[in-house]
Amino acid sequence: MTAELISTDVLIIGGGLAGERCAIEAAAAGHDVMILSLVPPRRSHSCAAQGGMQAALGNCVKAEGDNTSLHFLDTVRGSDWGADQEVARIFCEEAPVAVRELAHLGVPWTRVRGGKNSYVIKGERVEIEERMENDGLIMHRDFGGTAKWRACYAAAATGHAALYAVDSEVIRLGITVRDRTEAVELIHDGDRCWGAVARCLRTGNHFAVVAKATVIATGGYGRIYGQYTTNATINEGMGAVIAMNTGIVPLGNMEAVQFHPTALAPSNILITEGCRGDGGYLLDKDLHRFMVDAEPEKQELASRDVVSRHMKQRMRDGKGVETPYGPHLWLDLRHLGEAHLTTKLREVFEICRDFVGLNPAHELIPVQPTQHYSMGGIRVNKDGQAYNMAGLFAAGEAACWDMHGFNRLGGNSLAETVVAGRIVGKKVAEFVAATSLDVRTTVALEARRTAAGRAANWLQRTGPGPSVYAIRNAMGETMMSKVGIFRNGDELEQAVAEISALLADCDKAVLQSKVPGMNPELSFALRLKGMLRLAFVTANGALLRTESRGAHYRSDYPLRNDAEWLNRTLVRWAGDAAEPVFSYEPVGEIDLPPGHRGYGSDERIEMRDTIEQYNENVYARQAQHGRLDTVEPPGSRMHRGAWKEYV
Amino acid sequence: MKTQESATPRRLSFEIFRYNPEDPESVPHMQTYELDEAPYMSLYLALNQIRETQDPSLQFDFACRSAICGSCGMMVNGRPALGCRTLTSDLPDVVRLHPLPVFKLIGDLSVDTGTWFREMVEKSEAWIHTEQPFDPEATEARMDDDLAQAIYEGERCIECGCCVASCGVANVNKDFFGPAGLNRIARFMMDPRDARNDSDWFEVVANADGVFGCIGMMACHDVCPKELPLLEVYAYLRRKSLAAAFAKR
Repeated sequence: MTAELISTDVLIIGGGLAGERCAIEAAAAGHDVMILSLVPPRRSHSCAAQGGMQAALGNCVKAEGDNTSLHFLDTVRGSDWGADQEVARIFCEEAPVAVRELAHLGVPWTRVRGGKNSYVIKGERVEIEERMENDGLIMHRDFGGTAKWRACYAAAATGHAALYAVDSEVIRLGITVRDRTEAVELIHDGDRCWGAVARCLRTGNHFAVVAKATVIATGGYGRIYGQYTTNATINEGMGAVIAMNTGIVPLGNMEAVQFHPTALAPSNILITEGCRGDGGYLLDKDLHRFMVDAEPEKQELASRDVVSRHMKQRMRDGKGVETPYGPHLWLDLRHLGEAHLTTKLREVFEICRDFVGLNPAHELIPVQPTQHYSMGGIRVNKDGQAYNMAGLFAAGEAACWDMHGFNRLGGNSLAETVVAGRIVGKKVAEFVAATSLDVRTTVALEARRTAAGRAANWLQRTGPGPSVYAIRNAMGETMMSKVGIFRNGDELEQAVAEISALLADCDKAVLQSKVPGMNPELSFALRLKGMLRLAFVTANGALLRTESRGAHYRSDYPLRNDAEWLNRTLVRWAGDAAEPVFSYEPVGEIDLPPGHRGYGSDERIEMRDTIEQYNENVYARQAQHGRLDTVEPPGSRMHRGAWKEYV
Repeated sequence: MKTQESATPRRLSFEIFRYNPEDPESVPHMQTYELDEAPYMSLYLALNQIRETQDPSLQFDFACRSAICGSCGMMVNGRPALGCRTLTSDLPDVVRLHPLPVFKLIGDLSVDTGTWFREMVEKSEAWIHTEQPFDPEATEARMDDDLAQAIYEGERCIECGCCVASCGVANVNKDFFGPAGLNRIARFMMDPRDARNDSDWFEVVANADGVFGCIGMMACHDVCPKELPLLEVYAYLRRKSLAAAFAKR
């Protein structure tokens, strides 16, 4: 039996890599830390990351000359200039340290094998002599949108290996983890967060956890796309929901949704980009390698947004393989050979065998682009501190920190989890050291009553009404068909209207089961309204953004418009308000001027202002949108112009 | 790609163990549901379909639905397996589902593997033991790629609990490390970054709760969804234990 109210110094919501790495930092500083997790931490979705973690170590021949500036260039170009460039810079500089730290914690990174190695590069098998003096250092593989081989990896289970190493450290430090527990409401007094109300997924009981600092690290919200996502069933975005429900914490760039080119058809299980990095091809129904025509330079290794659009277009042109589940294309790994597939891509080999009964050494893999990653999330400053709410932090996919802008590069998010975890964890520890628990217990108990009341309300509803699962399925269909890879104003308007209608349905929905305990139907029903609200702001944000940038592609506005849209969408929506409020802040100080990404379209609408004009007062304007002060002044880590010798 | 289309789908019968410990009126029993088979239908799809169309109170666990998170271990016709990657096309018309034994029951097919595995990790201190603090300025310590691959082999365990459920010893001795625990120990034992020596390991593993508790039925080896080479793992642990024992004399 849990008390109605408990306390801790630091409350971490989410037991994946970002949350746990943050917890380690705070616990190592001597603070009392509690992690809430929907599942045992090792089952968090971080474990499903396959291909790698980007860090410019430059250890193999194809990585020679790599450095943090090249990584910075790739990341900002990949983001289609939507990223906060200071955050991208911090990330690129810290990623090598974070990757090496994971080696220290026990991750069995694949290592450089000095001497002759055989690789497949742009369709050719080549032999490369790896330097003996680099033998045994961390190896890299190629990934999309990068100038060098940079992704560090442990076969095709990089996330699994990293999560187990970090969780082992959490256990070593004796950090309290409450698994099967869901945060359902933030405790706050209007401008200061004091923890969260949690619901136990064993018993259904609610309890309040008051804390000096609260960190949301709940991952992405891919499940608003229903079954059309590579994400786990637990990626329902509830961290973003409880932040948005405050009405004052904005979510950033919710319309920036990544579609991964290679989800296994029809189950949408992820097949890593490492397959194409290691030399895999995309083929259409005529077994034609269409990406060579579409992107002669990067071929299959253009950024994910670009490859997904070419794939979708190819299928629209009737070149997909038709099935009762819809069309798909092929991923061809046969030429990599069984030895490579059963070692460096072992998990892919197993997925193909187990879920579609094929051997990728001899057969083609059916793939289709599917929702994969949420670039948007809780808008935070470079310390991970949420806008407008002291004591609330966010890290990892749940946050819009914002190093990904409108398209994230493969391998950058897994690295972000540990880099952000280290940085934000340190800031949280400093914040907590300088504060004391100063909240009235009535505030916490009132929040608990509100949350418990919501559950009671669901159980009291009777009579006929729509089913929560039917509403969820309709949401997924709307999101994938109208807020997908190609978007246009008409369909986005329909999507907004449809989601709006589903929100009304949600208020009339009735549970079929009233069993005591966690009640799986009730547990889902409690999330449904929040998911619909996320879907609504995603569709609405996409409708309002009348340009194409990164993963947000408008057929009716096909150009990137740096004159009007070089900004970040912010949306606030109080739990009881009828409509969300949108506003736009500068992306941040610009160091690398907007230009061509090196793949995709080279056409765009140029900035009207000069860079100097754009940068003038940029931080003051962000502060007007709620950005709180950082420990170091904004811009302190820009390393302005450091990239110039590499372009 | 196998094609699985046929004119009339098979009618599947699912007999599922039901018990909700939070409900005073609930008593353990088996309940039967029927479903038409669909192409590529996994137990993940089947159980969700049952919950969403027939019985919303049914409890079970899935997360990644791609056999990497380890959430969905369950007894499928008497044999532990991951529900997500068990295809109905590989099963007979009647599918009997029970929760994994050994672990505490949460409800129906849902069991508490998280607590069991955290205790196992704490007991075996399954983390890198080192006196060296991490040096953020230093290049990573080198490791031969063959060794990295050997460590990775054991690292692949997803702690689904299928081996533990299948283990005759783990079912009667709650202090037994179980196959997954022994595999985890072997993984750290072969890792040169871990400073524990043979004598330290001897204390952990060379006893009846460790590798000498295993009675060699090897169901674990047969049911492991990740096909971990558990037979070799135990041989390695026994060999290392004996070497440490001789060294002690």
